[in-house]
Amino acid sequence: GGSLLCLSLSAARTHVSYEVKDNVAVVRINDPTSKVNTLSRHMQAEMVEVMNEIWGNAAVKSAVLISRKPGCFIAGADINMIQACKTAEEVTSLSQEGQKIFDQVEKSPIPIVAAINGSCLGGGLEFAIACQYRIATKSKKTILGTPEVMLGLLPGAGGTQRLPKMVGLPAAFDMMLTGKNIRPDKAKKMGLVHQLVDPLGPGLKSPEERTIEYLEEVAVDFAKGLAGRKVTVEKKKGLVQKIQDFVMGLPPVRKQIYKTVHSKVMKQSKGLYPAPLKIIECIQTGIEKGNAAGYLTESQNFGKLAMTSESRALIGLYHGQVTCKKNHFGKPERDVKKLAVLGAGLMGAGIAQVTIDKGVATILKDTTEEGLARGHQQVYKGLNDKTKKKSLTTFERDGIMSLLSGQLDYRDFENADMVIEAVFEDLSIKHKVVKEVEAVIPPHCIFATNTSALPIKDIAAASKRPEKVIGMHYFSPVDKMQLLEIITTNKTSKDTTASAVAVGLKQGKVIIVVGDGPGFYTTRCLAPMLAEAVRALQEGVGPKKLDSLTTGFGFPVGAATLADEVGIDVAAHVAEDLGKAFGTRFGGGNVEVLKMMVQKGFKGRKSGKGCYVYGAKSKEKKVNSGAEDILKSFKLTAPPAVSADEDIQYRLVSRFVNEAVLCLQEGILPDPVQGDIGAVFGLGFPPCLGGPFRFVDSHGADKLVQKMKRFEEAYGNQFTPCQLLLDHAKDSSKRFHK
Amino acid sequence: MSAPSKKTLAKPGVKNIVLVDGVRTPFLQSGTTYADLMPHDLARAALQGLLNRTGLPKDAVDYIVYGTVIQEVKTSNVAREAALGAGFSDKTPAHTVTMACISSNQAMTTAVGLIAAGQCDAVVAGGVEFMSDVPIRHSRKMRKTMLSLNKAKTLGARLSLLGSIRLAHLSPELPAVAEFSTAETMGHSADRLAAAFGVSRLEQDEFALRSHTLAKKAQDGGMLSDVISFKVPGRDIVSKDNGIRPATMEQLAKLKPAFIKPHGTVTAANSSFLTDGASAVLIMSEEKALAMGYKPKAYLRDFVYVSQDPKDQLLLGPTYATPKVLEKSGLTLNDIDVFEFHEAFAGQIMANLKAMESDWFAQTYMGRKTKVGAPPMEKFNTWGGSLSLGHPFAATGCRLVTTVAHRLQKEGGQYGLVAACAAGGQGHAMVIEAYPQ
Repeated sequence: GGSLLCLSLSAARTHVSYEVKDNVAVVRINDPTSKVNTLSRHMQAEMVEVMNEIWGNAAVKSAVLISRKPGCFIAGADINMIQACKTAEEVTSLSQEGQKIFDQVEKSPIPIVAAINGSCLGGGLEFAIACQYRIATKSKKTILGTPEVMLGLLPGAGGTQRLPKMVGLPAAFDMMLTGKNIRPDKAKKMGLVHQLVDPLGPGLKSPEERTIEYLEEVAVDFAKGLAGRKVTVEKKKGLVQKIQDFVMGLPPVRKQIYKTVHSKVMKQSKGLYPAPLKIIECIQTGIEKGNAAGYLTESQNFGKLAMTSESRALIGLYHGQVTCKKNHFGKPERDVKKLAVLGAGLMGAGIAQVTIDKGVATILKDTTEEGLARGHQQVYKGLNDKTKKKSLTTFERDGIMSLLSGQLDYRDFENADMVIEAVFEDLSIKHKVVKEVEAVIPPHCIFATNTSALPIKDIAAASKRPEKVIGMHYFSPVDKMQLLEIITTNKTSKDTTASAVAVGLKQGKVIIVVGDGPGFYTTRCLAPMLAEAVRALQEGVGPKKLDSLTTGFGFPVGAATLADEVGIDVAAHVAEDLGKAFGTRFGGGNVEVLKMMVQKGFKGRKSGKGCYVYGAKSKEKKVNSGAEDILKSFKLTAPPAVSADEDIQYRLVSRFVNEAVLCLQEGILPDPVQGDIGAVFGLGFPPCLGGPFRFVDSHGADKLVQKMKRFEEAYGNQFTPCQLLLDHAKDSSKRFHK
Repeated sequence: MSAPSKKTLAKPGVKNIVLVDGVRTPFLQSGTTYADLMPHDLARAALQGLLNRTGLPKDAVDYIVYGTVIQEVKTSNVAREAALGAGFSDKTPAHTVTMACISSNQAMTTAVGLIAAGQCDAVVAGGVEFMSDVPIRHSRKMRKTMLSLNKAKTLGARLSLLGSIRLAHLSPELPAVAEFSTAETMGHSADRLAAAFGVSRLEQDEFALRSHTLAKKAQDGGMLSDVISFKVPGRDIVSKDNGIRPATMEQLAKLKPAFIKPHGTVTAANSSFLTDGASAVLIMSEEKALAMGYKPKAYLRDFVYVSQDPKDQLLLGPTYATPKVLEKSGLTLNDIDVFEFHEAFAGQIMANLKAMESDWFAQTYMGRKTKVGAPPMEKFNTWGGSLSLGHPFAATGCRLVTTVAHRLQKEGGQYGLVAACAAGGQGHAMVIEAYPQ
């Protein structure tokens, strides 16, 4: 009778099903409405129902929890469910419900084996660690982690309480404070999972399908073993582990750890991110004051964090990133199977690396053997570093490298589907390149230009087929920076855009598509901020102080360091070009400062000297006294009314933000989402603020305008708020993000 | 058994090439009676055995090709070293080939190629593997220091080099039966393959037991006539394979998995074991063989080599090679009277049989409309196989071909098929036709 009953009930369920095999209940999860499983209300409700049935069935001696989706166990809690809450109390009660379910799982009278294949993140991991046993596949898709901190949240369903007990205090802090993904091998070593299962190749079914089946078979065997007490959960502890446990048992040692972790977090986050501090508090409370206090603190802190502007900003970025990882221009007429990159410099080689990495044959062409060899080595090093980190085997590296053809001539360009030029930023050189390339490429081939400031239409002026010309602005270092800014002219065809986006997505990029103009979107936002930074330097704010002011505002890299990284020569070039295009609004610092620095060879990190001196060994950066001398010779007097630390911060940020809003007003930017993503992922705009548009929303456009008016009085039109910003200041109901 | 009444596979304009005879040393578990030999000693024994068996005048051999996998660095062209010691004319050239477990297949087909091209009339092919001693090297860093030491001119330079040696440099590099490209050991891959095809532990143990039982029967019944007696220097005469050990299913079930722990299914007992051994065959053009008064044993007909993904399809060579070679010969599976497949692992054989029986696999991975079809078990490895007889990597191929010839003679069949998998994701198959009695 019992089994019949299960059948009739499970028929009504859509997300969770189960069958009893040999006294083992195999619980399968699959959200039919999504590519990934999330712990939505629906999923939770069905799970509770199923678990209660299983616990009520005397014939069931153990259980296996497994997902039917090939690449996903459970990807986390349902973010929308959290966002829909209006108050901290609502979120706290969500957390408490989750805690309650997992508490029951932890206290389950029968052993439950979590069989993990694919992403096991956030609430998914919290579920898994509440189970009595964990088996994971060694698939590349299998990752475990607690990424909540990256959304400004914390593991709110018991994670902060269970993880320290499972993997130890240091590892638990590391996981929860960084949100990093943990691969299966590591997870096994840490004690996060008990067993690993190899992914299978082709058999009588597809590898993905059979691997899940195999995982289930192995998990069922272990479940039986656990029920029959043939398998024990407790692992024998080694000497090192015993010593560690002993040391961690000493309250003064723990106290020291909390202190160290706290100060490390403060140093890195500048106190701008509340989540890491709350995580520390939860862990500390649980360990020092016991379970009840720990769980309560966890749920309350979870509720509080969900209501913070930082969490909203980070969640906004998460959603924005998902949007910017889609091709909104349709499927291109043909796939790019062969790509050619012109110029084997830092950018060109970087572009080549991320292209071959995804299996696309790539030509890397340079004009000199020296340049080519340097670029080739850069690509090799990029891939070889991955073999050292074990994310790639040496054979995979060699196979990927075989897709790269380094050459000095235009051989095989007749088979190229897309050419990306990354030659020197000079219009006449770019024109020459357009003509040379168009003489050898087939008619369908797209010509993309990687420029950071030159208007695409000016470059396209030399082209016989401007509809095939597009801008693809990569950020350095290309293999690390996620953003790609694609620039279309009014002549660029939709298919060309679709193709460029498709290539960018293949390269793993987050993509914004913007309109043409000097500096497009990103460079145009950066230039006024850098001009303001130069002014501040001229006014006597030292590079170190400037850096600490900007990082203190949340920029990951300080303004002076950023200038060195971008290159003082590039900055000078951009400042001059955009200065010509936009006039005094782009003024502030004197361009001559930059030019003089370039003249003296202070081109930034690449030349060993810029604002700072880049020594071979010492970690401590020293200010370049040569640069200081130049700054002294261009000294300006700082107007006291607008030179407080906070004023300097807002001078820098308001110019950035105003320019971003102006880009939206002028239609360079299609929407605020892409504006925020571009600023954060390309320029390092403080992630805790969520981007310039979300910043205006949360800070208040009126307050920002007030500040700018004050700066305007001191400096003039560089701080004149644009019309759209004024509109938002006037009407507080106007918001860029709903 | 079907009488040899079917058509012959002779093709107009293609030379008939025959297997005159084949022999092998007893295959011994490594570390046993052969332990103190060197590879060329074993190879020499097989070559001498072939000369004795065939009465072949040594200078009648045009060429010698020999296979080996784990190379003894001192005798990297082991073919030449063995031939010289076996008393072949020093005017007979010899070279060594390597293609993992199908190395002696490669040696034989190289011989076939030389004869077909009209360059040779009589070629000796074979293979040797000696697992009792394998080259264990110093670490790369240590080797580098030692090489620099040779070049150091002054005492100071030498001392400073010696001083640079660290304890870690002294740890040796051991060879492993692992893919270089994936670093996965073959047993691990076999276990995954078995799992992919849903081959159970029970099926594997049953197949292993079958192999040992049949091998024992063949050994006791005197069927393994390719085995020669070998007086091992300093030891006794060896005349039997020593790895044949029919056990009970209960005994087999007790063993723990050897590669994937604790839930794997491949164990020491259902895998082929590390073996020392050598084999040799005499291959001639039919004309030459007849002119010299030989009664050949079989025709060597079409053969193929295949290769596929070395990670997930490492050991599926037979599945891919079988239909290809049959098609080439214009035969179907039903035409084959005798099957000899190399048994690397019981799980690997069972996986291949399942793959061959699967329409889905054939359609998805082989570009075929329908399944290959699996050989009927009553024709399959009926005198045992690598699991029980042993598997000296580079010597197995000749054993398979000679066994097919002998079984065809014994059982009265006309066509035989050899198939084998090899490291690197490669495979081989050959069609053999009985020589008219």
